[in-house]
Order: sequence, then C-alpha cells, then structure tokens
Amino acid sequence: MTVHNIRVGESKRGDASDGTLAESVGGRLSRVDGPAKITGAARYAVEQQLEGLAHAVLVESTIASGKVRAIDAATAEASPGVLRVLTPDTIISLRTASDWFGTPPPDKPYCPLARDITFCGQHVAAVVAETFEQAVAAAALVKVSYDETPSIVDLDDGKAGDGIPIDAMTKEWGDAPAAFAAAPVRICAAYNTPREYQAPMEPHGLIARWEGEHLTVWEPSQWLDGMARTYAEWFAVPFGNVRLVSPYIGGGFGSKALALSHGAVAARAAKMLGRPVKLVMTRPQTFTGYGGRAATRQTVTIGTDREGVIQSIVHRGVNETSVDGMWVEPLGSVTSIMYATPNFSSKQNVVRVNSVVPGAMRAPGENPSAFGIESAIDELAYEIGIDPLEIRLKNYAEQDPHTRKAWSTRQLREAFAAGAERFGWARRSPKPRSMRDGNQLIGWGVAAGTYPVRRAYGEAVVRILADGSVEVESSSIDMGQGTYTILAQTAAETVGVRADDVVVKLGDSRFARAGVAGGSRLAGVMTGAVSKAATSALDQLVGLAISDPRSPFHALQANTLVVANGRIGSPRGDGPDVSIAELLKSVGRDRIEATGDTMPANSTAEDRYKNYTTIAMALPHTEGDYSRYSWCAHFIEVRVDEDFGTVRVSRVVSALDSGRLYNPKLAESQWKGGIIMGIGQALLEEGIMDRRHGRIVNNNLADYLVPTNADIPDIEVISVGIPDPHSSALGGKGVGELGIVGVAPAIANAVFHATGKRVRDLPITLEKLI
Amino acid sequence: MRDFSYLRATSTDAARRAAALPGAMLLAGGTTLIDLAKCGVAEPETLVDITHLKGLDRIAVDERGATIGALAKMGHVADHADIKSRFPAISETLWQAASAQIRNMATIGGNLMQRTRCPYFRDPSNFSACNKREPGSGCSAIGGVTRGHAVLGTSEACIAMYPGDLATALVAFDAVVHLGERKLLVDDFFLLPATTPDREHAIEPGEMITAIEIPGSAAARRSTYLKIRDRQSYEFAAASAAVGIEVEADGRTIRDLRVALGGVATRPWRARAVEDALRGKVLEPETVRAASLLAVEGAVDHGANHYKIELAPRVVARAILKLGETA
Ligand SMILES: Cc1cc2nc3c(=O)[nH]c(=O)nc-3n(C[C@H](O)[C@H](O)[C@H](O)COP(=O)(O)OP(=O)(O)OC[C@H]3O[C@@H](n4cnc5c(N)ncnc54)[C@H](O)[C@@H]3O)c2cc1C
Ligand code: SF4
Repeated sequence: MTVHNIRVGESKRGDASDGTLAESVGGRLSRVDGPAKITGAARYAVEQQLEGLAHAVLVESTIASGKVRAIDAATAEASPGVLRVLTPDTIISLRTASDWFGTPPPDKPYCPLARDITFCGQHVAAVVAETFEQAVAAAALVKVSYDETPSIVDLDDGKAGDGIPIDAMTKEWGDAPAAFAAAPVRICAAYNTPREYQAPMEPHGLIARWEGEHLTVWEPSQWLDGMARTYAEWFAVPFGNVRLVSPYIGGGFGSKALALSHGAVAARAAKMLGRPVKLVMTRPQTFTGYGGRAATRQTVTIGTDREGVIQSIVHRGVNETSVDGMWVEPLGSVTSIMYATPNFSSKQNVVRVNSVVPGAMRAPGENPSAFGIESAIDELAYEIGIDPLEIRLKNYAEQDPHTRKAWSTRQLREAFAAGAERFGWARRSPKPRSMRDGNQLIGWGVAAGTYPVRRAYGEAVVRILADGSVEVESSSIDMGQGTYTILAQTAAETVGVRADDVVVKLGDSRFARAGVAGGSRLAGVMTGAVSKAATSALDQLVGLAISDPRSPFHALQANTLVVANGRIGSPRGDGPDVSIAELLKSVGRDRIEATGDTMPANSTAEDRYKNYTTIAMALPHTEGDYSRYSWCAHFIEVRVDEDFGTVRVSRVVSALDSGRLYNPKLAESQWKGGIIMGIGQALLEEGIMDRRHGRIVNNNLADYLVPTNADIPDIEVISVGIPDPHSSALGGKGVGELGIVGVAPAIANAVFHATGKRVRDLPITLEKLI
Repeated sequence: MRDFSYLRATSTDAARRAAALPGAMLLAGGTTLIDLAKCGVAEPETLVDITHLKGLDRIAVDERGATIGALAKMGHVADHADIKSRFPAISETLWQAASAQIRNMATIGGNLMQRTRCPYFRDPSNFSACNKREPGSGCSAIGGVTRGHAVLGTSEACIAMYPGDLATALVAFDAVVHLGERKLLVDDFFLLPATTPDREHAIEPGEMITAIEIPGSAAARRSTYLKIRDRQSYEFAAASAAVGIEVEADGRTIRDLRVALGGVATRPWRARAVEDALRGKVLEPETVRAASLLAVEGAVDHGANHYKIELAPRVVARAILKLGETA
C-alpha cells in the first residue's frame, strides 16, 4: 500500500531568480513529484499489485438508440478464465446516487449496464476473467442484439429542434434588441465549436476491493471525497466505509472528478465475486465512456455607435446534452462580463442528442463563450476600421457589467499593455493579407480570456514531528498542477522550516477532507487551509517553548519567539538557539498537530460533509462587494500557407492576471499547458462523427489530433497579477483553466488577419482556407 | 483467449516456408501488425518473427543505386548519409513519417506492407461491412466519414487511402522490390482495389520482401518530398508529392522529371501526365502550376475529401518549383 509521501528534498530546487527563496511561497521551487514521475517510481492507481486480482473488460453498444433485445453470453462464459459475464440482467443493481450538488436522488435502483441505449458506446455488458487477455477475448464473444430506433446524432440533425431553454442562464439588462436595432454599426455572426475530448494520457480505470462492507478504490481522481460519497451511496454503505486512493493522476482536465458508470461496474463486480477487480478503459472507450466538451453553437450580435462604443450585445447559445442527462455549458459567461454595454441579452438552450452526457473540460463555459465574443469583437474592429486592441480598450469594463460590482482586481488593461509591448503589436500592419513571408501569409491576432475565481472552504492537518520535520496531510490531489509543491512551500514558510523538511501526503480519502480539484480552486483553498493549520502548529510550538518549564526558553520570559530554518530563537537573538527537534525533546513531546479549517466556526458536521462531497457550498465569485475573476490577453502570430491552407502558430505572447502566484514556475507551466491545449482546440481537435451510426470514428490518439511539439512555438507568458485579498487567503486567483480561454479566438483572429477569411467553425483545418 | 504461436525464423527460407502456412504472418517491427491485432483486424495464428535474420538490414549505396534490406529500420535509412545525398526524397519520406519511436522499430519491408488508416477497416466490432477485410461485405466508408479517403484509384468496392510515404518516393524513382529471387517494380507491386480490395500487393504466399533497390539517377539526386498535413508532425499526409528533377545545361529546361503523389490515392501514385507535360519545358511557375493540375485527372471525391483534389496539384507544383529554385 503506497501512500504518497513526497519529500521536497528529493527534487532539484528551482532557481530563485526573482529574489524570492525558491522554497517559500512565491518561489520557483521545481515540482517535488517530478523525479518520481520521470524515473517511473510513481505508482499510479491501477498499478497496485493485489492478491487475487480479477480483470474486467467492458462491452459497449454499437447502436446509438434503441433497446438491447438479447445478450448471448454463453460462449463468452464458457471461455477460458472467465469468472462472470455481467449484463443488465445479471449485475446486481446499485442505488441511485446524488448528483454533485448533493441533490437527494430518486429512490430507485441504478444499473450501470444499459438496456435502453441512448448512445453508441454505452456500456451494456462486462466480462470478468482471471487475466486481462482472457477478459478481452471473451468480451469479443459476447453477442448483443438490438431493436434499433432512430437517433438524433448531433446539433445539425434535422430532428434536433431548438432544445430546452435554460432559464438560469438568461442574463438581461437594458433593452438589447431595441438598442441593437437603433445602432448605426451592427454585426451578427454564428460561431461553432465541435465535440472535444480531454484525452488525458492516463486512461480512466480503477481497482476496487471489498473487505466486508468496506470498499477501497484505487482510481485517478480529481475529487476523492466527492467520488467516495458516490460509491458510498451506490452501495448504501456509510461514507466512512469507502476509501479512495489516488496516488498520482495522469491528467484529468475535468474528466476525473466524478465516479462514473465503469466504476460502478467494477466495484459491483468486485462485490459479486468477492475478489478485487481491475477495470481500465481502452483508449476508444475514453471517447464514449464519459463526456468530453459539448458541441456548441452561438450567435453574437453587437451594435455600436460609429466610434465602436458598444450599445448592445444579443447572444444566443446552444449546447448539446445527452438523452437522459443534463449538461449546460454556460455560453454567455464571458459574453456578459468582458465588455461594458448598457444593453445586454443572453439566453441559452440545450439540445438532447444521442451522446454520452458531456462533461467538464478545461474552462467549461468560458472557453467556448470566449470563442464567440472574442471573435465577434474582432469582426467589429474591422467593421469600424480600428485596431482590434483599441476596440477592446474602448469598451473596457471598469466594473462587472452584469452585477455592477467592483472587480476585486482586474489587471486586464495591464495584460493588454504588457503583451502588446512584448509582442510588438504596434508594428502590426492593419490590413488583412498585408504581411507575408514567401508563401506564408502572416497574421497577428489578439483575444482576451477570463475565468471566475471559484472559492470554497478547506481543511488540512499539519504536524511538527519529533525530528523537527513537518508533515502536511490532505485528501486533495495533485494531477500535475503542483499541489504537493505549493503546500510544501506554504508549510515551510509558515512554520519556519526548510521545504526539504516538509513531507506532503495527498491522495487518500482518509486524510483531512478536501473538495474538488476543479475550476482552478484547489490552490487557493488549500494554501489557505495549510497556512492556517501551520500557523496554529507554530503557535503551539512557540507556546510550548515559552511556557513549558522544561523549555530552555522558559527563563527568558519572552512573549514570542522566532522559528526559521528549523531553529527557534528569541527575536533579538539573545538567549538560546535550539532546533525544533531539540525543543520537542526537552519538553517531552513527540509531535505537535494542528488542523486548519477555513469553514465558519458554527458549521455543523452536515455542513462539512456537504462542503467536501458536493459543490453546493462553493462561495459565489460575486459574493459581497466584489466580482472576482482571473484575466488574460493572448497575442498570437500565425503563418498560413497560401496554397495549402495549413495554419501554424509561430509566436505566442500571453499576459495573465492570476493574482499572486504561489509558485511562478508551476503557474507558468499551467498557463502554457492551457495555451497549448488552446492551439489544439483552434487547429486540430474535433470528434468526427459517422452521422449514420452516431459514432465518433476518430476515437484514438492517432486520429484525434492533439498538438505535437512541432506544432508549438516558444510561448512567452507574463504575469501581470497583483495579490487579490478578496479572492483567497494568500492573494492568488485561478491559474489552471485561465490559459486556454481566448486562445482559439486569438488564433482565428490571426488567421483572418493573415488571409482575410473568417473561420467561425472550429477547428480551423486546411480545407476551410483553400 | 486467442492463442497464437510464435516462431523465430532462423533463415529467410525458413521464414518464407513458415509464413506460407495458413494463418501465418511475418512479424517485423510490429508497428502495423500488433496494432491491427489489437483492433481485431489481424488475427494471426502464427507469428513468424524475422527480426533476427542476419544481413537483411544492410544499406548499400553507390552510383548505380541503393539497395536497402527489408529489415533496415526506417530511422536508419532516413539518417544514412549516402541516402541523404543521393536520394534526398527517400530520406525525407522517412523522417517525416510516424514518430521517432516508431521509426526506430519499423522496418522498410513492413513499411511497404502497412495497411490503410480507414477507420472502418480498423473497427470490425462496430462496422462489419468492409470489402478489404471481408470481401463482399460492402464498404462502410462510402457515405460515411471520408475526409481521409482516396480520390484517385478508387473503386465502388473500396476508397481506402494508401497512407505510406516511402513508397510514394519509390514509385517516383522506379524502385524495384526484391521478393527473394523475383523482382518487380514497386509500381507493379501495389494493386488497385478494383473488385478485390483485400488483395493489396502482388506478393504470393511463401514470398517475402528481402530488399528494395532504387536506381540512381540525376532526378533522384535532386529530389524532395513535400508532405502537407493538419498536424506538423506524427501524422499521415493530407497530400504529398515526391518529386525529382534533372535540368538541361541551360539550368531551366526540364530533361527528366519524376512525380508521385501520396495521401490521395489507393496506392502510391505516379503522376506521369505531369511528367510528360513538363519534360522539355522551361521551369516556370505558370507552366508548372498548369501541368500540376494533371496530377488529379480522373479524381473522384466523396464529399469531405474533396479538398485533396484542390490540394494535391498545389503540393506537386510547390515541390517542383522548390527544386527548381535550387538549380
Ligand atoms: C501511429 C502511427 C503513425 C504512423 N505514421 C506513418 C506515416 O506518417 N507515414 C508512414 O509512411 N507510415 C506511418 N506509419 C506506419 C509505419 O511506417 C508502419 O507501421 C511500419 O513501417 C511497419 O513496419 P514494421 O516493421 O513495424 O511492420 P510490421 O508491423 O511488423 O509488419 C507489417 C506488415 O508487413 C508484413 N511484413 C513485414 N515484413 C515483411 C517482409 N519483409 N516481407 C513481407 N511482408 C512483411 C507483416 O506480415 C505485416 O502484415 C505509422 C504507424 C503508426 C502506428
Ligand atoms: S474504404 Fe475500403 S477499407 Fe474502408 S471500409 Fe470501405 S472497403 Fe473497407
């Protein structure tokens, strides 16, 4: 059994070129989990070696709509090594679990294998065998027959209709249609984004083991406590009986926050067989076993005066959802806050199609929303005949146009200025097709991005151990974004030890509870909780040193002491100077332990449970007097081959405001990761559907294209943030989702500048330009 | 579980004999075969591993030409100094193919035999109709997702694109494939789908590719491979051209020209009409562009792959003009 135990000292230190000590908050400490991952020592969830492990393989529907008529499992059952073939008839049902808001579920059974088929690739059966190979071979022998019914494959399907209005998404002020009609300059255009996939390197999978009524699940997870709750509810066992272990996560991008039906199948199979069961999705199954980003359609109409000052924005959006699930991709989220406008209207519908229910993927909502408004504002710049940067500044929102609250911090003007300066925007020749290098048309585009600061309460345990080292525990996770590292930095700085002397333990639901690692909230929540816990541990330590009669400081009668580099001394340096270990020894203690909990003091046990296992208690980003967002501006150069239509990004300069950075090195790599993903979204990524069958046919990483190194130029990122006290305890805002927002429109805008062709339909593939 | 036997061949003859048995397949680098076995397309009963055979990985180059053993690795051939200087197009097809990891595993023999990337061909559990896999079962691609399918050399039975890069250059330079004693032009080795798309190569049971031979020529020495694709690396061609040129002493009149297309046809596609139209002509952009349109004579699209008909002649023209600039 491995628990994550990461010692900072095992990794190389980052440099501290900005003057901050690498190991304190704000320093450029390198990822402490890096060496384990690079050397292969990191053991991922499904790599656990367990006695008696059986292997499950899923069988999926090959039609998009209809009913399973019959499943002939006889041959599969008789195949070598097969322990059980589970079908909707033979699997023991579970109980329906609540959703991620904690809404009490209907009291009805839940069967993770489907009889009623609502999309192609739905799990209909599973084969459990002694070995993986036996399970794969037998799964191919399961014969499923169907009664097929007509399907609605996508938003373009004639039968799709207008969908269901989502009133909660409606945002309106002023009289937008009338103001639009009266505006002297008007533009209106439709923008589409396709189905996209998170495509994490590590596919989804788990190992489930029952010991009596206690379930342990090793599974990559962005949210241990939320997933543990779902498993507990499925099997009607107490929450405390479920333990989720998620040592390392090979990428999630939003797709690993919830317990999914394959998890239910594996955990049920383990219970039925009385053996631990491992189930890992194949790469093609990761395209249908859970949802990627929903396909979206938006129309953006903007009316301005002759100088380009916006009078009205009317926005309509549609996203797809599944036949029996609900996913809303909030398409008006950026539209409603990016620019000042006296009149505004945004509405959204969702359309049911025969697809798996779509899910969260890096900056859900903000990402496609920005593609609409940030393309439209660019179109407007050309319509008016002013610089695309100028039109953005001209309509700069000095306060949140929707809530009319002050921004907590909005360094977007600074981002435009810093990015433009570094990029050399002033040298841009305004006309489309006016810059070239041989056969390459060159285009420069700009777009802004934003993401709300999602806040929540957090909890952490900090211990000061007998040897003077510090231990941090939390059931939060690190999927590469740097939780281990920044929590080590936080604890080191707060207690006054070297980061080398901090051990951070994450990824086990037995540790202090944590909410979801999603929506860029975890760093703000956890640094707050750890600094609180560490402060209280430090107070205890200093308290002991001052008051315990056995302490060498007792005689000093000081009211405080200083702890630095693992040593304790008086503020003026007179008197004793001892290590933490020596002090603990002298006072006869083997540890000091403190829990940091940022929940309001009067919170009940029920509140706490809800806070960590649902998203219902998240604090609104517009709570109180402020509206809290991260901001960014991307400046991008593309080269478009005039004959071939191929687009290559040749330069990116992005300036970002994520508030205070806990570790600039890690923040920069997160931003860059987002920008790279945005390049993929702009130019390559698209689930390609066979519309006759409702099946995604490019369901593998050779055909679903994500960028390679050769597609990515040097990316320069500039931090323009300032500490934002309204957003988090230590002043940071969100980092992870922000970078991708605005990249696709910046590229589309650059492509227009290069070619004079406006592509409003992602991805921008070569046939759209030749 | 599907059991299969594994046999390590000790000689070329033994390999050929073993591979002639029903259900047996040669295994070289495995980058196509293992992949297809995982998709459920290849179901070998016996794998005859030829990677330990001695002497089949030799690369010999002189004025007369190059002979490359069937087991030479794509990566080695791409980096070979004499191949780079005498047959630049061959090296370029290889280093622009697949990924570094695959090139280090994959062999030249296996490369010629790689199969189409048609998604319907590769997904038997969802699409039972595929004439290439199951003769007479129909073609799932026609009427479906066709963005990557061929526009040249198609038939009603199959429109699958031949995805390889190397063979495109091989047909341009009249390379010969050695099947032991028997030798045949690479251009004759690849078959059109016609009514038998399951039969892709003129290779008989019991035969094995032992080497390829590329005659040296002035055109091969001044050659290039231009590969256009959505992604800059690790992707098959949307359209590509292998081109070689020899000019007269005036430096402008075309004496010899070789043109072959990749990424657009059901097999590597020699564009003789372009060669004939330009031979004896002065190398000029207008002339070259006009003649390049002949590359897609007779092309038929299936909707989403229409762009290939536009793209291919532009790729050919660019490649020829690029070589012309180096005159
Ligand atoms: C993700 C991916 C991307 C790729 N991209 C490209 C690309 O961009 N361009 C490109 O050209 N190729 C590309 N390829 C294909 C790659 O080049 C081939 O898979 C490789 O060349 C096959 O060689 P191998 O030695 O691995 O063959 P194997 O997989 O071992 O064999 C392939 C076939 O050839 C047969 N065979 C092998 N050797 C012989 C022989 N000597 N005589 C007769 N039959 C033989 C085998 O029986 C088998 O049927 C890609 C492949 C993958 C998986
Ligand atoms: S195009 Fe050829 S390979 Fe593809 S499905 Fe049709 S017959 Fe099969």
